[in-house]
Amino acid sequence: MTSDALEGATQPTAIFVNIGERTNVAGSARFRRLILGGDYDTALEIARQQVEAGAQIIDINMDEGMLDAEAAMVRFLNLVAAEPDISRVPIMIDSSKWSVIEAGLKCVQGKAIVNSISLKEGEEEFLHRARLVRRYGAAVVVMAFDEDGQAETAERKFAICERSYRLLVDTIGFPAEDIIFDPNIFAVATGIEEHNDYAVAFMDAARMIKARLPYAHISGGVSNVSFSFRGNDAVREAMHAVFLYHAIQAGMDMGIVNAGQLPVYEEIPEDLRVRCEDVILNRRPDATERLLAIADEYRGGGQQAAAPDLRWREGTPAERITHGLVNGIDEFIVDDTEEIRHLVAHPLEVIEGPLMDGMGVVGDLFGAGKMFLPQVVKSARVMKKAVAHLLPFIEALKAEGASRSNGKIVLATVKGDVHDIGKNIVGVVLQCNNYEVIDLGVMVPAARIIATALEEHADVIGLSGLITPSLEEMAYFASEIERQGFKTPLLIGGATTSRAHTAVKIAPNYSGPVVYVQDASRAVGVVSRLLSATQSDDFAAEVRAEYDDIRTAHQARTDAADRYPIVEARAHPAPITWTGDYTPPRPIVPGITVFEDYPLDELVPYLDWTPFFQTWELQGTYPKILTDPVVGESARGVFEDAQKMLRTMIDERWVRARGVIGLWPANSVGDDIEVYADDERREVQAVVHTLRQQTGRDRGRAENYALSDYIAPRASETPDWLGGFAVTAGIGVEDRVAAFEAVHDDYSSIMVKSLADRLAEAFAERIHERVRREFWGYAPDEALENDALIAERYRGIRPAPGYPACPDHTEKRTLFDLLHAEPNAGIELTESFAMTPGAAVSGFYFSHPAARYFGVGRIERDQVEDYARRKGWTLDEAERWLAPNLNYDRKR
Amino acid sequence: MTNHPTSTVPAFATREERIAALHDALRERILVLDGSWGVLIQGYGLTEADYRGERFKDWPSDLKGNNDLLVLTRPDIVSGIHRAYLEAGADITSTNTFSSTTIAQADYGMESLAYELNREGARLGREVADEFTAAEPNKPRWVAGSIGPTNRTASISPDANDPGARGVTFDELRVAYADAARGLIDGGADILLVETIFDTLNAKAAIFAIDEVFEERGYTLPIIISGSVVDLSGRNLSGQTVEAFWNSMRHAKPLAIGLNCSLGPSQMREYVAELSRVADAGVSAYPNAGLPNEFGGYDETPEDMATKMGEWARSGLVNIVGGCCGTKPPHIAAIAEAMRGVSPRVPPHIEPRLRLAGMEPFEVAR
Repeated sequence: MTSDALEGATQPTAIFVNIGERTNVAGSARFRRLILGGDYDTALEIARQQVEAGAQIIDINMDEGMLDAEAAMVRFLNLVAAEPDISRVPIMIDSSKWSVIEAGLKCVQGKAIVNSISLKEGEEEFLHRARLVRRYGAAVVVMAFDEDGQAETAERKFAICERSYRLLVDTIGFPAEDIIFDPNIFAVATGIEEHNDYAVAFMDAARMIKARLPYAHISGGVSNVSFSFRGNDAVREAMHAVFLYHAIQAGMDMGIVNAGQLPVYEEIPEDLRVRCEDVILNRRPDATERLLAIADEYRGGGQQAAAPDLRWREGTPAERITHGLVNGIDEFIVDDTEEIRHLVAHPLEVIEGPLMDGMGVVGDLFGAGKMFLPQVVKSARVMKKAVAHLLPFIEALKAEGASRSNGKIVLATVKGDVHDIGKNIVGVVLQCNNYEVIDLGVMVPAARIIATALEEHADVIGLSGLITPSLEEMAYFASEIERQGFKTPLLIGGATTSRAHTAVKIAPNYSGPVVYVQDASRAVGVVSRLLSATQSDDFAAEVRAEYDDIRTAHQARTDAADRYPIVEARAHPAPITWTGDYTPPRPIVPGITVFEDYPLDELVPYLDWTPFFQTWELQGTYPKILTDPVVGESARGVFEDAQKMLRTMIDERWVRARGVIGLWPANSVGDDIEVYADDERREVQAVVHTLRQQTGRDRGRAENYALSDYIAPRASETPDWLGGFAVTAGIGVEDRVAAFEAVHDDYSSIMVKSLADRLAEAFAERIHERVRREFWGYAPDEALENDALIAERYRGIRPAPGYPACPDHTEKRTLFDLLHAEPNAGIELTESFAMTPGAAVSGFYFSHPAARYFGVGRIERDQVEDYARRKGWTLDEAERWLAPNLNYDRKR
Repeated sequence: MTNHPTSTVPAFATREERIAALHDALRERILVLDGSWGVLIQGYGLTEADYRGERFKDWPSDLKGNNDLLVLTRPDIVSGIHRAYLEAGADITSTNTFSSTTIAQADYGMESLAYELNREGARLGREVADEFTAAEPNKPRWVAGSIGPTNRTASISPDANDPGARGVTFDELRVAYADAARGLIDGGADILLVETIFDTLNAKAAIFAIDEVFEERGYTLPIIISGSVVDLSGRNLSGQTVEAFWNSMRHAKPLAIGLNCSLGPSQMREYVAELSRVADAGVSAYPNAGLPNEFGGYDETPEDMATKMGEWARSGLVNIVGGCCGTKPPHIAAIAEAMRGVSPRVPPHIEPRLRLAGMEPFEVAR
């Protein structure tokens, strides 16, 4: 285990951004003393410690009566700029004086945040400052403050935020994503009844902002909430943890907080937690009295307690390790690790067992919003310390066994592609066979793979990809390493790749060995032969000969003129008549429907397990596979683990399912489908382009389908509709995977990804069913069992861009625009139109009873030229995107 | 507008028309910028007297090496270089005003000439560009007003003993850049080219100043922002990565964001590709002719550069290309040839997100 991997995995994608608060003269007595005393060097150390402890942004405030705030701000920011450890993170320039903010803005090269502006001094001043913020290239915190003062109720907080938002966005074009609202966190439990609802008001306002002011963020200064308990840090910190836990769920996505000092929500003594919760959520009239009643019991406790409570030392070593990891206590970790090392056969088991279990708990708490990044960084450091202690023992054993690496392999999922389950399995299998694997992850540009291969003297490079544009990237990669004079063997794998594609499109670009690897089980065989002193030349020659044959056969097939010209193919579309008495069904719920947080339990019955086993390279159909004489036992094992993890994923909300569907008026025009803005069908909102089969001429088969055949032609004057959807069950998966990868638990990481994939497919199935029954409603009485659903025994289809019926991935962009899928479902498209998160499904709905899935297959240049015209592409672009479907060789 | 008496029928009579044509052209093809000025000026073997001319014959300090001054004292040479690059096939010629800020001219005591240098520099470029446009109306030429980084940095200390010290302030830069921008606009530039950015804070001051000048004038010009990755660490001199640099510049809504100088095409490719991925603006790139050899010269041949940059173009990475140190008209001719018929990059759709930057980028999840 390398410590870098551990550290790296804990850094990205937190759900909550914590802003360091220690470099604030108003908030930190120590910082104030240092600045007033002119000790800027030590003051810089505070900034550095905050960044090291996980602050992702640092707030700097010099508002102090005794200080020339402008000069202090400039001096400190200039010093920060010279410290790369600090200035790698963005700065928040915090002052109530505009002149101080402006002085600060003149010192930061990056994109900073201004904290803050508000309507306090009227619209004119507000807009003047906002324009300047824009001109300086910063984002801005807007306080819920107007000409009448600070907002206290949720309604007024929201009203001010909404007014500010409209002014900023509509009047001066300020980017909505650069607006951060601070709807004021005030002290609760002050003894004044009106104050009891302050925390709730903040959260209610946060919910309204998230729902109605798109792209805006929500922040706040958390420590205000506990002001009435000054002097009692234990209670204050518990209140902060409880407040954050709930506020984050309400939409707060950043905050000024000393997160390193927060207790973990789960670890707060229950009595204290419940009473804090009563106060924060204003759940009972006597909440303040009840918290006061027990406050003294905790006084002097908290994180800075003089005498720490060591009762946890009485647990088992494994329990102590978990406690140490969760609470970031490294004092005893070496002793505890050493104790367990004596109990197990191999020191590696300490890592794989108790340490990984402990990190698993940390990962769970983090994913659930109950731990924050700085705490996880602390946990990771404790973990590192334990691993560092074990490493010499592991190395010693290795030296005894004299096991040397068999070779070095650089693996990567190519640029534009995010799929990596298969690649990870290959990595694990190779590592088990004593190969050193350098896994560069996903979306890796060719230049980085090449640079790594050079630096590390890689023996083999392995590329993976799942979506069709990745094929082009792989071909490009091969030409790049040829250009740079490589001889290193290149392995090609992943779901879209094939022996034929490798032979025809990739191998010709590279004079070194190129080998297609069908699955992980073959990887070891291929690699060992490639790197064998005695077999490698023969093997390379063998593969080369085989690929030459494939190429020759392919060429022969290409030459056989079995394609209809596109004009002719259009004369035999799918046999559907629009003149008879068929009336396309009108949707019951037209337009867009969003599913914010779909209940996962509802999806479980819709899971299709067969592809799940394929992920694990177990061939067979569910449920028969469980009793298969060969793979049955493995299948049962992985299935059992899957059931357990699935339960946990659902119960602990590891992942969230989001989705959006749309049903729009549409008619076909040739091979295109026009989607209209409304039922008047005058304004074309988008055009969906489809491709037509050109096959069958040699067989005299005169049926050449295109998806547009399933939509009534505009000329028929028959109103018809097209549907679309984009769903994901992958929200949250990345955090989970990162947590597993941090502890090198590849098995769980692959498991959680493959289950998320399955849930996404199940979600697509479930929503399609509801579309047929409720939203489009053309089959209200349909009632099918899951196996009948899997066998697609229902009316209508949901073909996906990038799959055989509509192989052009770029149509996803049109679909996503129609659905507003990014904001509505949280799914993004990469430059190659892969969806991220990867556990996502999207496609079009067609309702016609005759609609069937088909494959477009290979197409001729005449259709590609026609298609390029329709899409507004050059021929080159069209050939690039349709490369896997071309029935001819593109000129490169 | 045109000040040029001989082009009686300029293809694009007004600034608005020229800018509209520029936007159209960028959608259709990859545009070619010119190459190095320094290397060509050097080739003329000018003397102190050439630099001084009649006007500055009694100037108290040495003037040799103040290349920008030639727009006043040897306009024939400046026009000749514009002509050489446009003949080579450049679509955009940059003005000889890289150092024409009050700050950079202070070395020669010529601060007061800054506005005039910019105005005259732009006027010469305009004159020659209009000449070419008139002769070949289906290939219009544009003038990019060059705004260099000055010789001072706003976020790096000039004093090793005091990291908090600064050789220049944001406001000093802002005043200097505003002066340059006014001169370039008045002289007839179509584009403002903020180039060779070593320190992002300098560029922020430039953008700030330009935005103020636009407000003052009541109209805007397209801006190209070109940073300089100083070595293979992938960072500029003030320490930012390419993506952090873009996050810090995006508010300028530039016509193109790009890179120039410091690196040759082989080393620059990776960073151009990175910009191409993250930026929803045009992407420009004009590398040096390789890395300097042991004599400080540049060896990469026109063919070498054209091959490498042709690959960038076919990979859909760029919208505007040209050359920096060590490149001459044959380089530009070869690069222009390599761009022929290749589709320009289509900027990606980038989802709005709060994207901040220190030295590194930071994106806030929604």
